[in-house]
Amino acid sequence: MSEVKSYLVGVFDDDDVLLDAIRSLREQGLKIVEAFTPFPIHGIDGALGLNRSRLPQVAFMFGATGLTCALTLQISTLGYDWPMNIGGKPHLAFPSFIPVSFELTVLFAALGMVGTFLLASGLGPGSQKTVFDPRSSDDKFILVFDPAKNDKFSLEEITSMLKTAGASEVNIKDIVEKH
Amino acid sequence: MNVTSSVREPLINGGKTWADITNDICRQVEGKPSKSWIIAFTISVLLLGVGVFCVMYTWFVGIGVWGLNKTVGWAWDITNFVWWVGIGHAGTLISAILLLFRQKWRTSINRAAEAMTIFAVLCAASFILLHMGRPWLGHWALPLGNTYGSLWVNFNSPLVWDVFAISTYLTVSVVFWYIGLIPDLATIRDRATNKISRLIYGIMSFGWNGSAKDWSRFEAVSLVLAGLSTPLVLSVHTIVSMDFATSVIPGWHTTIFPPYFVAGAIFSGFAMVLTLMLITRKVFKMEDYITLAHIESMNKVITLTGSIVGVAYITEFFIAWYSGVEYEGYAFINRATGPYWWSYWAMMTCNVISPQLFWFRSVRRSILATFVLSIIVNVGMWFERFVIIVTSLHRDYIPSSWAYFSPTWFDIGDYANSFGLFFTLFLLFSKFLPVINMAEVKAILKSSGDVQTGHGKTGSAVSDKESVTHHS
Repeated sequence: MSEVKSYLVGVFDDDDVLLDAIRSLREQGLKIVEAFTPFPIHGIDGALGLNRSRLPQVAFMFGATGLTCALTLQISTLGYDWPMNIGGKPHLAFPSFIPVSFELTVLFAALGMVGTFLLASGLGPGSQKTVFDPRSSDDKFILVFDPAKNDKFSLEEITSMLKTAGASEVNIKDIVEKH
Repeated sequence: MNVTSSVREPLINGGKTWADITNDICRQVEGKPSKSWIIAFTISVLLLGVGVFCVMYTWFVGIGVWGLNKTVGWAWDITNFVWWVGIGHAGTLISAILLLFRQKWRTSINRAAEAMTIFAVLCAASFILLHMGRPWLGHWALPLGNTYGSLWVNFNSPLVWDVFAISTYLTVSVVFWYIGLIPDLATIRDRATNKISRLIYGIMSFGWNGSAKDWSRFEAVSLVLAGLSTPLVLSVHTIVSMDFATSVIPGWHTTIFPPYFVAGAIFSGFAMVLTLMLITRKVFKMEDYITLAHIESMNKVITLTGSIVGVAYITEFFIAWYSGVEYEGYAFINRATGPYWWSYWAMMTCNVISPQLFWFRSVRRSILATFVLSIIVNVGMWFERFVIIVTSLHRDYIPSSWAYFSPTWFDIGDYANSFGLFFTLFLLFSKFLPVINMAEVKAILKSSGDVQTGHGKTGSAVSDKESVTHHS
C-alpha cells in the first residue's frame, strides 16, 4: 500500500537564521518533522529538542566485547588448548597479550558503532531516504512540517510564520509513502 | 556561532560561497578527465603492469630472485613495508588527531590524506604478503584451526601483533574515510544529471539525506572514531618498531624505537601529503582551498617531527657508546663509516638537515621549496629504514658471516609495483570522488573564509599586522 502525503517545506539560506527560526517556530507551537542541512550545525540538536546520540555507549559496549574476545582467544589457545614452551616463558604472558587485545578492542568498537549508526539511521547500499529538496546537500537549509500534525494552524498561517522567521521559499512537497 | 581571531589567516580564499564550494569540488568528478589526468593514469597503469609482472615472477620463482643472502634476510621488502606504513600515518593524524585538537585547517586536506593512508597501507600489506615467499599461505598468520590439530599462532610474537595492527588499521581507516564520504556522495547524487551516475552515487551515498538527527549521529561517530584512531595509529608504528626492538640484533634492540618510529612515520607521511596535495591543488585548481596557510602548517609539523627524528638518531648513537656494549657500539660506527656509509649520510642529510630549512618563513611558504623538500624527506625516510634494517643485519656477531646486500632488478620491480598501485588508486580516487571534504569545508566557511572574516578579496596577501590594525 502506498499513499501520497503532502509536506510543507521551508527553505532557508543561512544556518544562523535557521537556528533562530527553529527556536521561534517551536515556541509558537509548530511541530517540526525534521531539518535537513548540507553540513552539521552546532546547536541544532538543542534547538530541535533532539536527544544526545547514545552511539558512544554502543561503541563502549562493542569495545568491551572485543576486549573479552581477544583475551578469551589468547588465554584459551596459548594457555589451555595447546600450551607451548617458548623459551621457558610463562604460558599466560599477559604483557604480550596487550597489543592484540588493544587492536581487537578498537576494531570491534569501530565496526560495531558504525554498523549501529547505519542501522539506526537506515543508511546502507540501496537505501533511499526521502530528499525533500535536493539543494539541501548544496547550500540550502530545509525545515519540513507535516500539516496533519499542526492542525491548529492553516497552511497559510504556517507559510507566513515561516516567511516571518526568515525562510526564502515555502513549498509543498508530495511524497509517496509505502506502508 | 564560532568566533575566530582576526589575526588568523583565512583558510578559504576567493570569496567563496557554499554553492561555490560545491561547484568547485564537484567539477572534476562530473567533468571529463583532463589530459594531464589521462597521461598520469596511463603512466601509472603501465608502471603497475611492469610491477605486477615482477611480483608474479617473484611469487612463481620465490624470493631468491631478490638480492637477499644468508646474512641479510630482510632488505628492500621490509624497508618498503615500513616506509609505506609510515606514510599512511599522516592521513590518520590529520583526520583524527587534528579533529580532536579542533584544527580547522585539516578540513581541506583530510579526505585526500586519508585516501593516501588507505592506499599506502595496501602497498605496505603487499610487501608483507610478498616477503612471506609463499603468499598463498598468508592465512597461517591468523589464529585459524588447521590440519595439524589446534596449533595456534604465537601471541607473544611481534610479527603476530603486526598482523592484527595492520589489518585493524586498514579496516578502521577505510570505515572512517567512507563514513566521511557519505554526505559528499549524496551531494554528487543530488546534482547528477544522468541516470547512471545518479544510480551509482545513490548506492554509494547509502541514501543519505542530511537530516539533523543523522548529522548528530554522524558527528558522534566521527568523534569516537577519531578518538579510537588516535591511539590506534600510535600503536601501529609502535608495533612495527617492536618487530625490530624485541630482537637481540645490535642496532635494533633499543627502547627508543616506538616514539622514534611514530615521529618518523608522521614526518614522512606529511611529506607525502604535501607532494600529493601540491600536485592536486595545481591540476584541479584548488589553490583557494589548499592555501599557503595549509602548506605552512604542514611544514611546521614536518619541522617538529624531523627534529624529533634527528634527536632520536643522536640519542641512539650516544646510547650505543654509553651502554658499553661493544657489539652495539660497533653497529653504529659501522652504520656511519662502514660499507653502507652513503645510506647513513643520505639519511642524515635528508631527514635531519633539510627540514631545518623550514625555520625560514619564506621557505615554509614557497611552493617550489616545499615540493622539493617533501620529496627529499621521503627519500631520506626510505634510507632510514634501509639503514636500520640492512646495516644492522649485514655485519652481525660472527665476522665470517658478514655479507653485503645489493638489490636485483626484482627488488626494484617489486618496489615499482607499489608505486604503480599507489598512483593508480590515487588517480582513480581523485577523478571519481570529491578530493576535498565539502561538508566540512562548508561548515568552517563562516569562521575561516576570507570575505566572511573581513580579510577581503586580497585573501592571504593581508599580513598579520595589517589585519590586527584593521580590526582594532
